[in-house]
Amino acid sequence: MDWGFVIYKAIICVGVFGIALVVAMYSTWWERKFAAYLQDRLGPNRAGPMGLLQPLADGIKMFMKEEIIPNVSNKFLFILGPCLCMLTACMTGVVIPWAKDVMVDGKMYPIQITDINIGILYLLGVVSIGVYGIMIGGWASNNKYSLIGAIRASSQMISYEIAMGLSIISLVILTGTLSFREILEQQDAGLCYAAINPLGFIIFFICALAETNRAPFDLPECETELVGGYHTEYSSMKLGFFLFAEYINMFISSAVMAGLFFGGYNFPWAKELYESMGLNEGDTWITVIGFGVYFVKILLFISLFMWIRWTLPRFRYDQLMNLGWKKLIPLSILNIVLVSVGRYVYTHYFQ
Amino acid sequence: MQLTNRSRVVSNKKQSFAEKAYFPAIIKGMMITMSHLLKKPATIQYPEQVRPMAPVYRGQHILKRDENGAERCTACGLCAVACPAEAITMESAERKKGEENLYREEKYATIYEINMLRCIFCGLCEEACPKEAIFLTDKTVPSEFERGDFVYGKDKLTETLDNTRKVDVSKRQTEEVKEFKKIPGPKHNTLFDKKSLDHKH
Repeated sequence: MDWGFVIYKAIICVGVFGIALVVAMYSTWWERKFAAYLQDRLGPNRAGPMGLLQPLADGIKMFMKEEIIPNVSNKFLFILGPCLCMLTACMTGVVIPWAKDVMVDGKMYPIQITDINIGILYLLGVVSIGVYGIMIGGWASNNKYSLIGAIRASSQMISYEIAMGLSIISLVILTGTLSFREILEQQDAGLCYAAINPLGFIIFFICALAETNRAPFDLPECETELVGGYHTEYSSMKLGFFLFAEYINMFISSAVMAGLFFGGYNFPWAKELYESMGLNEGDTWITVIGFGVYFVKILLFISLFMWIRWTLPRFRYDQLMNLGWKKLIPLSILNIVLVSVGRYVYTHYFQ
Repeated sequence: MQLTNRSRVVSNKKQSFAEKAYFPAIIKGMMITMSHLLKKPATIQYPEQVRPMAPVYRGQHILKRDENGAERCTACGLCAVACPAEAITMESAERKKGEENLYREEKYATIYEINMLRCIFCGLCEEACPKEAIFLTDKTVPSEFERGDFVYGKDKLTETLDNTRKVDVSKRQTEEVKEFKKIPGPKHNTLFDKKSLDHKH
């Protein structure tokens, strides 16, 4: 048994989960702060400097609240719902490479929990399980509003997953691989796939908004129509899990978009910078800088999510379905055709 | 009548491609929200910062003392009668010998309570008072955890004996106010033209 390997994996796992949780925590803070700035307010500023302890206070509040499980609910499923939501949210971060490999004792260690050669398929698969948590939770509540919210969530997921899958297919045709890591490696030297495949990126981005149930696609938890949507009956930390899972999903989908379409830890003139700093491959500083760049990209995407949420009003349900089925799916099929032709022309006439 | 040029005539014309694609409108909207990012917040940090108040703001009441530190209130009950919200209650007693430095007149209020939840801060009690005893100040009534705590007794209402912390009510006690208070009888009727009132009836 190679204990070094086990320790290395443990560190990476704990690190990724820890970062995901902390980012999700502070996303709630930033969401409120950013919303406040957009609305000429100040936002939370009483708990600690700049209100930085607000997420902790919110967490304590969530834990202290009375936990109510409705008598008429299916108790097992009622508890399973938020757990499943949280579990799948945490599982998605597994295949994302967070930085360039680091050399320790002459051995290269990738900053990635596991490098599956079908990473993108895994991601799509896990994300689509995520809706089961909402579905089960909403159904087990035995409440009409919850049920409608859950049904909306699942139908929305089904509609937008097709367009998302198709836009990823266009990316796969372009890159020729399903491995997350290889797609990031290909975007070395300042090339990014959002520039080559912009339509695919836009479709993916819209679908990511819909998949994470963010505004303007937050119909499953539409307060004006459905009280609280699928989490109407939830209280205490089980509600917290649902909300938290949304923020983790947002973090992960930002990471996926920043990785697949914007090069992740790569940035223009990275090689020149590393050379001028006298860094060789495997140096810790390369990993740290790469991770920092990736992180900034992710935070920008999270801010974009929030910016959109506090600008656009919620879609009507038929508008949502029209956009999904009548606009995004034909567009993404067109995109596949365009990318395929482009790829064929490029490989046969320019190489 | 047209007041601004911002009104648009609604029409059911077909949307152009640019309108159908949503994106230009979305980007326009997002630019509007982003432009607010740099604007100065309208928030005031309330307990630390206070907005300027009018000098005759009607806030929490005070029971004034005279220049010798004796309570001016004689528990006549006019304020309680004038109060439209029926927020004021009082009990009176006769002044005993040796209490002349405490109470200005022979009768005084043993209990004087204002329910701050009922009070509408109209200032009619102040207007009714013949002894210049009750005034409204610019102090706001703070929040409490219990309903009962909003019933303010004499302990909270009476002015302090400390001369340095006297509440200045001169802005509320101008010459015009004093003249107005001298008018005998039901005061409000005299403000109206008697003839026009008679004509209506």
